[in-house]
Amino acid sequence: MAAKKTSKANVSKDDLMHFYREMLLIRRFEEKAGQLYGMGLIGGFCHLYIGQEAVVVGLEAAAEDGDKRVTSYRDHGHMLACGMEANGVMAELTGRSGGYSNGKGGSMHMFSKEKHFYGGHGIVGAQVPIGAGLAFADKYLGNSRVTFTYFGDGAANQGQVYETFNMAALWDLPVIFVIENNQYAMGTSQQRSTSSAEIYERGHAFGIPGEAVDGMDVLAVKAAGETAVAHCRSGKGPYILEIKTYRYRGHSMSDPAKYRTREEVQKVREEKDAIEHIRDLLLTGKHCTEDDLKTIDKEIKAVVNKSAEFAKESPEPALEELWTDIYAQAEA
Amino acid sequence: MAIEILMPALSPTMEEGTLAKWLVAEGDKVSSGDILAEIETDKATMEFEAVDEGIIGKLLIAEGTAAIAVNSAIAILLEDGESMSDAAPTATPSSVAHAPSTTKVPLPVTAPAPKQGNITEQNLPEGTTFKTQTVREAIRDAMSEEMRRDETVYLMGEEVAEYQGAYKISQGMLDEFGSKRVIDTPITEHGFAGIAVGASFGGLKPIVEFMTFNFAMQAMDQIINSAAKTLYMSGGQMGAPMVFRGPNGAAARVGAQHSQDYAAWYAHIPGLKVIQPYSAADAKGLLKSAIRDPNPVIFLENEILYGQSFEVPDLPDYTVPLGKARIWREGNDITLVSFGIGMKYALEAADRLSKIGLSAEVIDLRCLRPLDTDTVVSSVKKTNRCVTIEEGFPVCSIGSHISSVLMQEAFDYLDAPVINCTGKDVPMPYAANLEKLALVTTEDVMVAAKSVLYR
Repeated sequence: MAAKKTSKANVSKDDLMHFYREMLLIRRFEEKAGQLYGMGLIGGFCHLYIGQEAVVVGLEAAAEDGDKRVTSYRDHGHMLACGMEANGVMAELTGRSGGYSNGKGGSMHMFSKEKHFYGGHGIVGAQVPIGAGLAFADKYLGNSRVTFTYFGDGAANQGQVYETFNMAALWDLPVIFVIENNQYAMGTSQQRSTSSAEIYERGHAFGIPGEAVDGMDVLAVKAAGETAVAHCRSGKGPYILEIKTYRYRGHSMSDPAKYRTREEVQKVREEKDAIEHIRDLLLTGKHCTEDDLKTIDKEIKAVVNKSAEFAKESPEPALEELWTDIYAQAEA
Repeated sequence: MAIEILMPALSPTMEEGTLAKWLVAEGDKVSSGDILAEIETDKATMEFEAVDEGIIGKLLIAEGTAAIAVNSAIAILLEDGESMSDAAPTATPSSVAHAPSTTKVPLPVTAPAPKQGNITEQNLPEGTTFKTQTVREAIRDAMSEEMRRDETVYLMGEEVAEYQGAYKISQGMLDEFGSKRVIDTPITEHGFAGIAVGASFGGLKPIVEFMTFNFAMQAMDQIINSAAKTLYMSGGQMGAPMVFRGPNGAAARVGAQHSQDYAAWYAHIPGLKVIQPYSAADAKGLLKSAIRDPNPVIFLENEILYGQSFEVPDLPDYTVPLGKARIWREGNDITLVSFGIGMKYALEAADRLSKIGLSAEVIDLRCLRPLDTDTVVSSVKKTNRCVTIEEGFPVCSIGSHISSVLMQEAFDYLDAPVINCTGKDVPMPYAANLEKLALVTTEDVMVAAKSVLYR
């Protein structure tokens, strides 16, 4: 994490409070999801976002209404950050009818047309051309929208990513490629899997500008997001943000994470944690008191607990649901 | 010695062509590499170069002549010092056996195109007239009509725009719709299939042309995992209203990697609709319905059928509903079930059977998902015998699925086991004789039909 923290100048108290609240919501939500997984209430694969919260919260702060986002299977944070309800997300994790996909998608496959969240994709890298396609549609339709297309350092080695870079640059698509570089593609470190130290530089080959960003600093992420959005919205084509971040948990719940040391994780948590960073700014800037933050913590905890209750109580989908949503019916 | 210059085969499926223009005159001296003529194939206008040196002794075919068979003599080339009187008197336009006759590819029907089977034809307005059209023209018209009707429909693929289509399907469409809606892509199937899926999520109705479905394997993940499954995974919130189309199945002499029928692959997948038309009318009507359908549709064409003509209803908006088989001819003794180019063999076999006093009912499935099993089952309840015909591999074929359906739904009506005529269980060989063996033939259908009829 070489990039330096941005100055706190020009950041309002409200913004800081908002970032704190949003990041904390994701963290507490994910901790709860991990707990429910341990209780057997969430099945299959469950990829937690803990540690990476500043990425989506910073970029959502740079987005406008109607902008789109699409990501991989590590998607809970993205959904909460774009305004999807904790209840609906958690109930999808438990496979209940109250979930965003009525329990039929699960952790990795969730969508919200209303919030312009286009998934939640389980195949590494597949969301990258899809994101460019969403941008293609906006350009075709003359909408002044951008699409945030998130993928990891692991996905950055998929061929379709570069097929997409080429076409996005060729056709000036308003797409922001967000490489969430958490340094491990499942158990394989970037060093062991990726020929280049700076993945965003691969964009140079296609004429796509980009930059590396400190992903543990939500203010830096927001600032970079604003640059990228301005670039895309002005019709200059795609932009790459390689956001250097870190996941504290394993790749998925079933990953023992033997490929890195406890010390390595601990060091990041202690020295770089994005939520602690904002907490420090709030307290040292005397924007609020410890008690104020405790109140927020309580509120967040209540929201998360409520979502867990909802996810437990929401009924399983009706058996008829097995046969619905396979084909759309033509409008009469 | 005088040399006959022969009409060249300029594409794998070319049987004949038009001599568009001579670029040499009698008496001209030519050397190897000189352009002799422009020849129009079913796909493109090509320049035809001299191989040998010499003097053009005679042009045997006039400029503008159409339907010149491949390998017929089109000119005589004289060596230095020779005159036309030295040329062999046999130098008349004729098919020349330069190569062993086995290099002749199995040709599609040479007989006049069959009329539409009108039995399950949906109600056409009274007085509907028909026009003769190739499958190629029908597909282009279907796309163009839908693009005029709906601004969100667009075409993307390799060589669809400026090249006018690798198989000339999209000829003229760039001129009419412009480069915003007729889009040349790089050679990047996985990528552009994914972009089209994203575009469909974003409110457009893409038509993705694969130069052939062999190349769509590069894009399989996007077709199956992204296009077919998203509606379900999103609890009905968003799906992929789009069409993936292009030639599928064997062309001629293009070997294993370019000759495969993917009908059964796609038909396996819930969330996709799968169409494989035989006639031009169905190609047009079904493609228009496919473009309007709010689901991802796989539209499997056939290169050999592209140039064949059929009668197409001359209506401003002719559509054919998805999921309905067409009965091409009624019969009582046996049911032949096929689709796509397999229909050619089914119909030929039905003709041959009628000559020995047996009446075959011939069903064109047209749509493989949803599959109109009702039509097949009720036919078999009448005929008590069934043979299926397709070009694909035998294991887990469309035919094996139909056999299973008949076992469950018409077991007591069957007087013989259902036989599946399919392509052989081998990668497509290149050698002409082996390729012919690998494909399903009318003879295969006859053997199967006689077997189930105990003849």
